[in-house]
Amino acid sequence: MKQQHQMLSKKATCNSHGQDSSYFLGWQEYEKNPYDESTNPNGIIQMGLAENQLSFDLIESWLAHNPDTVGLKRDDVSVFRELALFQDYHGMPCFKNALAKFMSEIRGNKVRFDPKNLVLTAGATSANETLMFCLAEPGEAFLLPIPYYPGFDRDLKWRTGVEIVPIHCSSSKGFQITETALEEAYRCAQKRKLKVKGVLITNPSNPLGTTTSRTELDLLLRFISAKGIHLISDEIYSGTVFTSPSFISIAEALMELKDSEKVRDRVHIVYSLSKDLGLPGFRVGAIYSDNGAVVAAATKMSSFGLVSSHTQYLLSELLSDKKFTSNYIAENRKRLQERHNMLVTGLRNAGIGTLTSNAGLFCWVDMRHLLCSKTFEGEMKLWKKILFEVGLNISPGSSCHCTEPGWFRMCFANMTQETLTLSMQRLRAFVDSADQTPTCRNLIGGSKKLSLSSRVFRLLSSNREVEPER
Amino acid sequence: MDSTDFWTTEHVCLGGKRRTGLGTATEAKRTPTRWETTLVSKRTALAGLALTKRPNPTVSSLSLSLSLSLSLSLSLSMATNNHVLLSKMAMNNGHGEDSPYFDGWKAYDANPYHPTENTEGVIQMGLAENQLCVDLLEDWIKRNPQASICTADGVSEFQDIALYQDYHGLPEFRNAVANFMGKVRGGRVRFDPDRIVMSGGATGAHELMSFCLADPGDAFLVPTPYYPGFDRDLRWRTGMQLLPVICNSSNDFKITKVALESAYAKAQEANIKVKGVLVTNPSNPLGTMLDKETLISLVSFINEKNIHLICDEIYAATVFNQPTFISISEIVEQDPNCNLNLIHVVYSLSKDMGLPGFRVGIVYSYNDAVVSCGRKMSSFGLVSTQTQHLIAAMLSDDEFVNMFIAESGKRIAARHKIFTCGLAQVGIGCLKSNAGLFCWMDLRPLLKESTIDGEMALWRTIIDRVKLNVSPGSSFHCSEPGWFRVCFANMDDKTMRVAIERIRAFVFESKEVEVEVPSKKRRWQTSLRLSFSSRRLDDVTMTPRGMSPHCAMSPHSPLVRAAT
Repeated sequence: MKQQHQMLSKKATCNSHGQDSSYFLGWQEYEKNPYDESTNPNGIIQMGLAENQLSFDLIESWLAHNPDTVGLKRDDVSVFRELALFQDYHGMPCFKNALAKFMSEIRGNKVRFDPKNLVLTAGATSANETLMFCLAEPGEAFLLPIPYYPGFDRDLKWRTGVEIVPIHCSSSKGFQITETALEEAYRCAQKRKLKVKGVLITNPSNPLGTTTSRTELDLLLRFISAKGIHLISDEIYSGTVFTSPSFISIAEALMELKDSEKVRDRVHIVYSLSKDLGLPGFRVGAIYSDNGAVVAAATKMSSFGLVSSHTQYLLSELLSDKKFTSNYIAENRKRLQERHNMLVTGLRNAGIGTLTSNAGLFCWVDMRHLLCSKTFEGEMKLWKKILFEVGLNISPGSSCHCTEPGWFRMCFANMTQETLTLSMQRLRAFVDSADQTPTCRNLIGGSKKLSLSSRVFRLLSSNREVEPER
Repeated sequence: MDSTDFWTTEHVCLGGKRRTGLGTATEAKRTPTRWETTLVSKRTALAGLALTKRPNPTVSSLSLSLSLSLSLSLSLSMATNNHVLLSKMAMNNGHGEDSPYFDGWKAYDANPYHPTENTEGVIQMGLAENQLCVDLLEDWIKRNPQASICTADGVSEFQDIALYQDYHGLPEFRNAVANFMGKVRGGRVRFDPDRIVMSGGATGAHELMSFCLADPGDAFLVPTPYYPGFDRDLRWRTGMQLLPVICNSSNDFKITKVALESAYAKAQEANIKVKGVLVTNPSNPLGTMLDKETLISLVSFINEKNIHLICDEIYAATVFNQPTFISISEIVEQDPNCNLNLIHVVYSLSKDMGLPGFRVGIVYSYNDAVVSCGRKMSSFGLVSTQTQHLIAAMLSDDEFVNMFIAESGKRIAARHKIFTCGLAQVGIGCLKSNAGLFCWMDLRPLLKESTIDGEMALWRTIIDRVKLNVSPGSSFHCSEPGWFRVCFANMDDKTMRVAIERIRAFVFESKEVEVEVPSKKRRWQTSLRLSFSSRRLDDVTMTPRGMSPHCAMSPHSPLVRAAT
């Protein structure tokens, strides 16, 4: 094994992809024992998966009405030959046009995107890595507000050698980004002798489910302007904003900024159809940038992960249908809102609160009062109890680098309404029983279970950085 | 100039930017004609279709003018800023696209040939694309509509497929690909579906291998001539190096142990850590296969040095003639002394199936750690599940696959024969080959001087005046000037004939030029007219021996063998 390590690269043998993380335990347990209404009603319910399954019927119905696209035909002539041979890394113009218009539509047509500034990538995973390769040298840093999507450790750091420095956001301020926190993160990076190349935010936030306010956006733009650094706005959840306040894209904030010329070439947007259209399997990601050099370099890099022409063709037809997109966007929002309300109400009935949110496929759930100790150890204990005994796989805040123990991300759009109802019943039963046996020891259970849980915890505490692929 | 910084854009086409960048005012006005949709590059065709269907010149030109005014005001500050703001990687030429070799592509893009609309245009022979069997695939798609997952029959599967994002890939996809890889190798080896790692084309596969096996500064040895895209694929973002293993025409560019040892020793002298050897088998650009002895010697070399061997077998199914293809898998599985942890195969469906647009690349490694790490890295370039589903269905159809492999070999063989015979008749030889979508053409007799400069001068003549975009050997790091890679499977029969006629006319004229030393320009103009006069050309082809002494064929020259 040692020899093996010498023969492979450091990247291959190190753990910065984060996937040996014990956090995978939750996924492994789920896969061993997945809930199924009829065949395994006591199984684990997957609530760690930010997938949008609510509006598939709309896409399916579109497909049923568009047999030409489906049969890879256009005006009854096969386009197969063109698709098979198409390999221009600029992407299919018809697809890029449709995608740019869809992005505008989601932003209420307040901003227009020029397809020329759009680079297609194999998912947002690749888009984020590509931007790191373009913007930073190994050993340089990006500032990220915490909590953040655990996959960023892999996407931004693993192969690029870029460092992430956290911007501390606290529950007392609703996890909003403040000037003090930004400056502090910047100073912290300097102290670590890391050159800061930019700030990366997710808007709407994963895992918070909140949109970034105008105040925060303006603050960020001022900050990157003053420091002469980049801003990456990952807006892959932009189509999931289901209630007010409405979504403000960084593109919109930029448009209305005085002196926007100074920072325009340093603002980059990451987009994807995995969440907004619920098509993660199709691997459609994109970078939008007004910086010609970034677009040129990223386009060349996209060779390492292009979007299948087969998929570009299908989606260009789908997204070019304005009737479909406007109906989809509205209906999808409505369904997300309903589902979100179900989760929030269910949690409230169990005496559990959430961060007020208006977007995303998940809620940021406050279970601090259920912790037996206000530590990450306590968080892990509660987490594995919810996994093993309640039968819910949810994401602990620590996996998102949250600094306050007791927060969890719970997804609500990857299951049926009935399953969500059941998960809430299970959680309520658990809380009720915990109320009757309020001491920690009792909460954890018998000694046999305790030993299991401490084993689990040891695993977990070694590295709780990254969540699985999904 | 660093000639390593070039690639021929097979995996990804450059060019066509001007035409594909939708939203330019000129483009909006263009009405694509039928020939454009079939003969100009595919990308243009699609742009054209998009425009005819949904023209929106107003919006396009509006956004253009907006972005123009913006970019004008920004261009000054950006040019100076970006070098500070962006990474060295983003600003350097590691992608190799600023190379002068792209002039051939530019010439083609500016003036593409068409049999009736643009008979004087440049013929694209720099693109190793397999267009010979698209009809077979189309026919299969027609007969199997459910494979597109979205028909009435297949719609129930849509949700499952669209949501599937496990980086292991759809099980049926991995099974079908493993099965296909075995079939292509004559069923002599079996591939384990659990070792199939997906990547974004062979391009992504090579970079992934590079990230897994080498640290920045480490090196791989690569026999020359080699596919120029490797300089980008393996080096650009990983920081590793490629060191040439010099191969010569004297032994048909065989990879010898001596050459390997010499390259290895050189690296050691320079204090560079060699992590492996990378070969293409069948070779791009040679179109030849590695014989059993060479493969065995390679395996023993890398085992002695304890370094990796990456075998790029993306042209495995293009072998159209005897001897049969021998995969590295056949060798290592029979060699009890080989450390299998060192063996890795790169595969793709771009050449063998002619599906570059679908971006199906495969890493097949015998090393568990590489499989596991490669899987994680494949997150950066997974194959669309919609495409996986279609490919799985297609490749699971055994009857179809058997027919396809056989028919494809036949068609490539026929095309290869037409091309090499056409050249041989005017005394132009090619390295004897039995695979690939191209020939390694020997124009050494036509060089004014036997140097890279001489080769470049001849190349520019071929592009500018013969109007063929071929790839000069120097772009493949070939150590001997005068060789050119000429692709023959990316065009129809008629275009092929025109290309041959042009080469013949050029050779004929070059010889006359040398003998008579007339005014070059006038002579050329004469021959340009000639190139479309088949009668005169027939005369030419009938009298190859009547030409300059340069054309005399030596028994050692590959010219002789090429005709067989």
